[in-house]
Amino acid sequence: MKKVLHFASVALLGLLAWQAVVTFGDLPRFILPGPMLVFSTLWTSRMLIAEHAVVTITEVLIGLGLGATLGFASAILLVASPLARNLLRPMIVFSQAIPVFALAPILTLWLGYGLWSKVAMALLIIYFPVTSAFFDALMRTPVAWVELARVMNATPARILWCIRVPAAMPGFSSGLRLAAVYAPIGAIIGEWVGASRGLGYLMLLANGRAKIDLMFAALIVLAVLTLVLHAAVDAVCRRIWGG
Amino acid sequence: MSGAPALRLTGRVTIGGTAIFGPLSLEVPAGRWTCLLGPSGVGKSTLLRLFASLGDGVDFEGTVGASDNMPLAGRVALMAQSDLLMPWLDVTANVTLGARLRGTQQPRERALDILARVGLADHGTKRPDALSGGQRQRVALARTLMEDRPVILLDEPFSALDAQTRARMQELSAELLAGRTVLHVTHDAAEAARLGETVLLMTREGITPVASPPARVPRPYDSVETLAFQGRLLRQLMETV
Ligand SMILES: Nc1ncnc2c1ncn2[C@@H]1O[C@H](COP(=O)(O)OP(=O)(O)OP(=O)(O)O)[C@@H](O)[C@H]1O
Ligand SMILES: [Mg+2]
Repeated sequence: MKKVLHFASVALLGLLAWQAVVTFGDLPRFILPGPMLVFSTLWTSRMLIAEHAVVTITEVLIGLGLGATLGFASAILLVASPLARNLLRPMIVFSQAIPVFALAPILTLWLGYGLWSKVAMALLIIYFPVTSAFFDALMRTPVAWVELARVMNATPARILWCIRVPAAMPGFSSGLRLAAVYAPIGAIIGEWVGASRGLGYLMLLANGRAKIDLMFAALIVLAVLTLVLHAAVDAVCRRIWGG
Repeated sequence: MSGAPALRLTGRVTIGGTAIFGPLSLEVPAGRWTCLLGPSGVGKSTLLRLFASLGDGVDFEGTVGASDNMPLAGRVALMAQSDLLMPWLDVTANVTLGARLRGTQQPRERALDILARVGLADHGTKRPDALSGGQRQRVALARTLMEDRPVILLDEPFSALDAQTRARMQELSAELLAGRTVLHVTHDAAEAARLGETVLLMTREGITPVASPPARVPRPYDSVETLAFQGRLLRQLMETV
């Protein structure tokens, strides 16, 4: 409750500042529309925005699910097999030197204008944070726990599954929390490069037609969606493994 | 327990060039309760861990093994100095950790029975972070008692318990571990006087056995004989340091 109140007061302050800039700066509405206009557009165009938001949400959720699964599996593979570690780890790190944004046009070329090029973008952008957070946590299992398991005659596979993986779940959680914030960025970039649906597409369209109020309305929806997604992932992580 | 071997160790330990203990030699008799008594930092835990094949971080020159010349690995249960409870498992699951790790049937009945005997019957579904230090230590004790191994290594297993609970846990352990080869590390002379069928005094100079009274263990904590033995152990400790 205190958190909600805190958040609400910060949001209100932001809105006031925004309105003040518009009013006292005497800015034309096609440069920066005031919050009142944006919210009225948000209301009148709610069906249009919702339609595009559903597309973006779908892309983000699929990308998040695939990226989390792939990141989880990769980290386990890297930990379980020294060979995989030696071969793949430099490759994964090197791949991070390529800006994901630069890949967007290629992905659109390969996967088309539809859903999957955006899913691929979201996946690419979250794969590294998830893998690396989980891998680091897996490599930091307290030695004494592993020793205890060894004295109890556990095989390395059982130690990995029964001790190291559960012990590393807080690390996986922090990877997921980052992913919840990054995945929408990936989807939006994908939509900017080539799409006929989605919030990113709508923003570009509105921008092109000088409907800045619509663009801001879409932007607000996107920000709220991201916050909700982050909060949901956070709640799920806390619920399942308490951290 | 038939097949509980004696334990033998000869050698010295250094860590990164610093001498920790030895050269020394000790024998832990088969099927009996042996207390290793010594001051803090003398190397008791290090020595205990060698019997559990956990000598990774130390340089050990010498031999360690069982009297039957079979490997010790797989025949040992270790209760380390810290409780090592898994925070994501509840108390019952922590107690049956060994079975879970070996992928065998989880002996729930026995776990609940042992939990009841260490006085934690009502805490089976709690997570470790909801327990007190002494309760956590008793969960670790229960987990060790579950292991059903011929060789039991205990590293200060009762250090976090109040006097009353400690006395009860000593009796319970002595009962459940009778016939096994127990090596019990402690720095408490009273505890060694109660439980040690053999008491080994570990100091910087090495390990010396101390003759123990004939009474069966656990010896009554208030008998003249036990108290005199406790006094004698303490005196020897004071004189060697
Ligand atoms: N990893 C390490 N690196 C350097 N020195 C170590 C290391 N581990 C232990 N030692 C040293 O080895 C000595 C013996 O440690 P050990 O834990 O065996 O003592 P202990 O007799 O069990 O003491 P306590 O009764 O306090 O548990 C100590 O002096 C300690 O400082
Ligand atoms: Mg110790």
